[in-house]
Amino acid sequence: MLDQLLAALNETERAAVDEEEYQVLQAVVDELPAFSHEVSQLIPILQEIQGKHGYLPRLALNMVADHVQTSIGKVYGIATFYNQFRFNPPGRNPIKVCLGTACHVKGGEILLENFERRLQIKVGETSDDREYSLERVACIGCCALAPAVVVGEKVEAYVTPSKVEGIITEIEVRNEMAAREQAKNDATNE
Amino acid sequence: MTQQTNSPKEHLLVHAERAKERVKELKESPVPVIYVGCATCGRAAGALATIAGFEEVLKDNGIEARIEKVGCLGHCYAEPLVIIQNPGFPALLYQKIGAGEAGILVRSFLKDGSDPCYEYLIGALEADENFPTLMDYPRYLYENRVVMEHCGLIDPDEIDHYLAVGGYLSLAQGLEKGGEWVLDEVKSANLRGRGGAGFPAGRKWEIARKVEKTPKTVICNGDEGDPGAYMDRTLLESNPHQVLEGLALAALAIGAERALLYIRAEYPLAVKIMERAIEQAREKNLLGDDILGSGFSLEVSVFQGSGAFVCGEETALIESLAGNRGMPQPRPPYPAVAGLDGLPTVINNVKTLSTVPSIIRNGHQWFRSIGTEKSPGTAIFSVVGEVEYPGLVEVPMGVTLEHLVVDVCGGIKDGKELKAVQIGGPSGGCLPASLMETVIDFDSLKSVGAMMGSGGLVVMNEDTCMVEVARYFTDFTQGESCGKCTFCRIGTRHLRDILHSITIGEGKMEELDDLEEICEAVIKGSLCSLGKTAPNPVLTTLRFFRDEYVAHIEEKRCPAKMCRPLIAFYIDLEPCARGCDACVACCPTDAIFTTSNRKKAIDQEKCVKCGECVYACPPEYDAVRRVSPPEMIPDQGVKPLSETEKEKEESK
Ligand SMILES: Cc1cc2nc3c(=O)[nH]c(=O)nc-3n(C[C@H](O)[C@H](O)[C@H](O)COP(=O)(O)O)c2cc1C
Ligand code: SF4
Ligand code: SF4
Ligand code: SF4
Ligand code: FES
Ligand code: FES
Repeated sequence: MLDQLLAALNETERAAVDEEEYQVLQAVVDELPAFSHEVSQLIPILQEIQGKHGYLPRLALNMVADHVQTSIGKVYGIATFYNQFRFNPPGRNPIKVCLGTACHVKGGEILLENFERRLQIKVGETSDDREYSLERVACIGCCALAPAVVVGEKVEAYVTPSKVEGIITEIEVRNEMAAREQAKNDATNE
Repeated sequence: MTQQTNSPKEHLLVHAERAKERVKELKESPVPVIYVGCATCGRAAGALATIAGFEEVLKDNGIEARIEKVGCLGHCYAEPLVIIQNPGFPALLYQKIGAGEAGILVRSFLKDGSDPCYEYLIGALEADENFPTLMDYPRYLYENRVVMEHCGLIDPDEIDHYLAVGGYLSLAQGLEKGGEWVLDEVKSANLRGRGGAGFPAGRKWEIARKVEKTPKTVICNGDEGDPGAYMDRTLLESNPHQVLEGLALAALAIGAERALLYIRAEYPLAVKIMERAIEQAREKNLLGDDILGSGFSLEVSVFQGSGAFVCGEETALIESLAGNRGMPQPRPPYPAVAGLDGLPTVINNVKTLSTVPSIIRNGHQWFRSIGTEKSPGTAIFSVVGEVEYPGLVEVPMGVTLEHLVVDVCGGIKDGKELKAVQIGGPSGGCLPASLMETVIDFDSLKSVGAMMGSGGLVVMNEDTCMVEVARYFTDFTQGESCGKCTFCRIGTRHLRDILHSITIGEGKMEELDDLEEICEAVIKGSLCSLGKTAPNPVLTTLRFFRDEYVAHIEEKRCPAKMCRPLIAFYIDLEPCARGCDACVACCPTDAIFTTSNRKKAIDQEKCVKCGECVYACPPEYDAVRRVSPPEMIPDQGVKPLSETEKEKEESK
């Protein structure tokens, strides 16, 4: 099925499907049979795919349309209507800045700008090395701890603009340590 | 094992007895029990690190203790919250317990029982002569916790904790007396929907009960889309079984066979906790087939919303359940008549359903004795913003805003002035200090242009710009409009654009009239309440804070000094301390430079007006100033340190 879909793409589109995306799509092909064929289950199906792979590759939408026997247009319509769905892979450290009322009043916007400046990406984008992605969310339910930012799974409370540097440094240090650990292991294994 | 003749209540009592035994074991534990608030908010404040801290120090000191994860008490200002039940002491509530404090508590209090660490103590849960008790605090004294009674005190992952405090007894009673009786109780109680509009739940249920088509559905609306409210999340995370019990009672009252919990995607923990709760209730036959041997069956499942505010609207919610784009539909037909799959569907808010078990337990007369004649019961608010004690509060309907903000939540922080209270989120309004005597109930709030809405309440002080708040909400509703109605889609965009131009100092006076006109049109031309109420933040701020709009337009001045294009920062050379560079390190754009007299100044070209330097400057110098309009920066004759001087400085 996947090869069929790929064959239907034009040159540039096919080139855009890199090795990683191909893997994801292959996995989706394997997962699909477990899903319901009901059109009413469209949203849960998309949620499940995104939950597993972090995003919805374009061709996955085509596969889902085929699976529930509906038009591609309908699946695109749904996927774009709901804010939850994303179409490009998130970074390994997804950063979500809360811009709910309480966080907005406490300068959430400024935080977002600081992240943009520090990471050199705009909101909605993923860094080239896939390390970070930046998003805005509307209230994560921690308003009394505003402004709040979600880094990966962790909610950071009372984030002042100067904490932005610390948050990123923490991730960098963690990566650095992991890399060193890895190198050590590799060395001992040799 | 169970006999045919056993009534639902008898069935339940078997579970309840066992649960009580287990909880008694916990309450009378010979080793200390440490309860840690682990709802989303607690975790955000570091509750999991607190637990790790406890575990480590307990182990190092060879002390045995039990750690229990509980939900949220709603005292957000004091998170992470910990309750310690140390044999020989009353249960004590502590605030702001991080890993470090956890260690101190273990060493000073649990190890030798000598020092209960008064410095972190809030008080004892029960009256005690040696300790202050919670009732000594206004928060506890004025609150009337009906729905939140057990929140933060029980483990949401343990159905036994709920059963031990009388959980599911109302359901058993309902099953014995029948759906009609449950319906009558809720109707007589005049329970009004807590999801915003205040429609009587009993009336809605009655409509659905009368329609003969089956299967019927009840849906718990946990979409909580107001971007500044979180009480539904807290109820789902802290007392999930109470929601399920209310859901089952509603199903019984209308004769529904299926029930759904619609929970927004941003609440993953709530989803997890609810799914587990459903499983546990099913195991005990409190949900599923032939509940407690009554013959009544109910299938419950969780559906995750996908992040669209409009899906909180009931017809849009149903559309999204059916796998469509969540667009509101014209009513009638009302969902109670023709909802999911064209069949009768009752949709109630989390709080509405959570209130039901207490009504069945205590009777409608009891319920009507709380609150006001037209709005009986309690109201739950998330009070956030500039108050001393932000958090979740449950007060009887009919108290004033003043009471809620000042008495219950400790008033405005840092001795500042209250400017406005934003109530009801994007559908609500901003009420000025002069309206703080307004009574909190469905009808009074509407009469002043606000709305109970979701129950989100943001308290604002003089540093918050009302034009900016109106712009913020309009930007939000504009982004969330489903686009079906031209007036909602285009009108909100116009509103947002005008408000935006005002906040950047490009507004014109005649646009104020335009705003009002567009608001009128949007109200008239919108199908659902998203559009109909979207103008509320604009209209209330125009009405109560018109002078702020005028200042932005005519003087290019933001009175709250919040709108960044209209403000500037500078350093007052007089108090700025020579040799200090606290502000330099914090500036994200390196905008602060050293002046020729070795003080600091801000390069306006580079400054992005983040305000960090204001906080970084030590209070004893307090040298950074914020002004509006930007031309207010005085000429202090600052010059950067010359290159040669800089070199000299560096070589030192
Ligand atoms: C745009 C919009 C968003 C809404 N969001 C919610 C919501 O998040 N939660 C909720 O319970 N009700 C929400 N409502 C109200 C629901 O349509 C419905 O009236 C409510 O869930 C009924 O429950 P209740 O009678 O128990 O209040 C919203 C309404 C509109 C127009
Ligand atoms: S009022 Fe707005 S949100 Fe509601 S149906 Fe119309 S366009 Fe959609
Ligand atoms: S307001 Fe922000 S950007 Fe401007 S000088 Fe101060 S810290 Fe730097
Ligand atoms: S922190 Fe304050 S006192 Fe210190 S250099 Fe900056 S403005 Fe001057
Ligand atoms: S507004 Fe940010 S957590 Fe609620
Ligand atoms: S303390 Fe839990 S909601 Fe704030």
